[in-house]
Amino acid sequence: MSRITREEVAKLAELARLDLPESELDEYAKQLEIILESVAKVGEVSTKDVKPMSHATGLVNVFREDVTKESLSRDEILRSAPATEDDRFRVPRILDEE
Amino acid sequence: MSDLTKLSAVELSGELSKGSVSAVEVTKAHLDRINSLDKSVQSFLHVDNAGALKQAEEVDKNRKENKKVSALAGVPLALKDVLTQKGIPTTCGSKILEGWIPPYDSTVVKNLKNAGIVILGKTNMDEFAMGSSTENSAYFPTKNPWDLTKIPGGSSGGSSAAVSAFFAPLGIGTDTGGSIRQPAAVTGIVGAKPSYGGVSRFGLVAFASSLDQAGPFARTVLDCAMLHEVMAGHDPLDSTSINQPVPDVVKAAQLQDVKGMKIGIIKELGGDGWQNGVLNRFNESVELLKSMGAQVKEISIPHSLYALATYYLIAPSEASSNLARFDGMRYGLRVDDGNLSAEEVMNKTREKGFGKEVKRRIMIGTYALSSGYYDAYYAQAQKVRALIAQDLTNAFKEVDVLISPTSPTTAWGLGERVNDPMAMYLADLATLPPSLAGIPAMSVPIGLADEDKLPVGLQIIAPFMNDDRMYRVGGAIEASLKTKWNGLLIDQAPALGGAK
Repeated sequence: MSRITREEVAKLAELARLDLPESELDEYAKQLEIILESVAKVGEVSTKDVKPMSHATGLVNVFREDVTKESLSRDEILRSAPATEDDRFRVPRILDEE
Repeated sequence: MSDLTKLSAVELSGELSKGSVSAVEVTKAHLDRINSLDKSVQSFLHVDNAGALKQAEEVDKNRKENKKVSALAGVPLALKDVLTQKGIPTTCGSKILEGWIPPYDSTVVKNLKNAGIVILGKTNMDEFAMGSSTENSAYFPTKNPWDLTKIPGGSSGGSSAAVSAFFAPLGIGTDTGGSIRQPAAVTGIVGAKPSYGGVSRFGLVAFASSLDQAGPFARTVLDCAMLHEVMAGHDPLDSTSINQPVPDVVKAAQLQDVKGMKIGIIKELGGDGWQNGVLNRFNESVELLKSMGAQVKEISIPHSLYALATYYLIAPSEASSNLARFDGMRYGLRVDDGNLSAEEVMNKTREKGFGKEVKRRIMIGTYALSSGYYDAYYAQAQKVRALIAQDLTNAFKEVDVLISPTSPTTAWGLGERVNDPMAMYLADLATLPPSLAGIPAMSVPIGLADEDKLPVGLQIIAPFMNDDRMYRVGGAIEASLKTKWNGLLIDQAPALGGAK
């Protein structure tokens, strides 16, 4: 089990879109290392020819009739949005200004 | 009429249908108790005084007009704040969803409303259901009504505390790795996790989709079964919902007979590191089941030793993906000074909106799913999950149900495990194997531990879609202990604020 460094925590945080403060990286590194060391125990099990299990029901490709139904009210959904404009979600800029 | 808050759902149902009490009176009695005593327990995040009374009035009106109403019509309930209820705040115990008003009912809530059950409010929980103590709530910790310095279990600790504090005879929780069963055990009440797919997940804010399952809390096994029956059933809005009749849990809860049943004790769940008082009560339950005519034997579930490692890879992996939806764009919190890019807004919003345990799990999941680690962690965990499920399937070729203590210890002190994530995870040791296999399991109270006089739970595990079997065993144990104790275990709980 490899050690978890500050840099690795910073990388994970970046991938997970978390703006972690520098001051907390060491604490997370210590905790993640303990947790990852413990869960690495799954590697002790021989799993040759075992099919991975993703859920319990065994159901695949569940369909329902494709019928038009009333959808949720736009006003009610926009009421809980952080910012709106012209009956739409208003989001921050997504392209660089150049 | 005696104190309405002391009655079971079945007793209330009887009084309501006789007309000796109205749903409004029942609801008021429970709201009064909440409003005067919940400041010490802190089980509710939101009490819907006006809405609950309106629902109760509707039930009374239907009864007056001789309309057909369900058995539980007019009985109050505490709802975990992870299920949407139209027009009522739903926070999942997180700041990132503060102020969000869901525009739709979850299927569970729809089923409750159709049955005329009165929803009193939304209960506290570990943020996004991640935790075993309810201390990970972003709002405040909930206290255990047996001892206000102890945790009420988690993540559904608000609902378990509300039911054990007699704020409501019924409660709803969700269970991903034990979040109904462990809180039920440490607060001395009954809690059940149905078969995965038995209860619709539509409107249940996702933590780990392949494991999440909503289920009932109550103070008696029969009450729990009646609520289970109302919640369960096929739902086309959930593609993992099972299209089969709901097992007859109510009838099973009433049988009170285990003669000839084959019961297996899971060998790996007990022994070193388990609290003595927990093991003592468990061993007495085994003797009790034998004396009632059950055939009990020990069974090995070898891969259960890997359940903790397997779960803490699979659940965080699914969580890291599910919680990606909280991006500050469409609902909930947004941190923005007006000059930030969308990506910076997401990063800052998620940093501010999520608590530490949620961030830890998102990062563990991100790690386990990242290229280079995927095969050794996530894919391997899915294979070990298959082996755990196979062990359990094999066991059910020999026995009808499996049993274990629900949790290795009784309720611990508030604050004791907050900074030690692994110690917190250990509380789920016994509840994880059935979660990973998707099979039903419940906890019933079996007494108080010798050391601390706090409640101990017995976990009963049944095969997939045979939920009725666990209710049969639970009902029989409860009936026998009720005779011995001259009442329920919860009747031995100390009075809250001297007003019980």
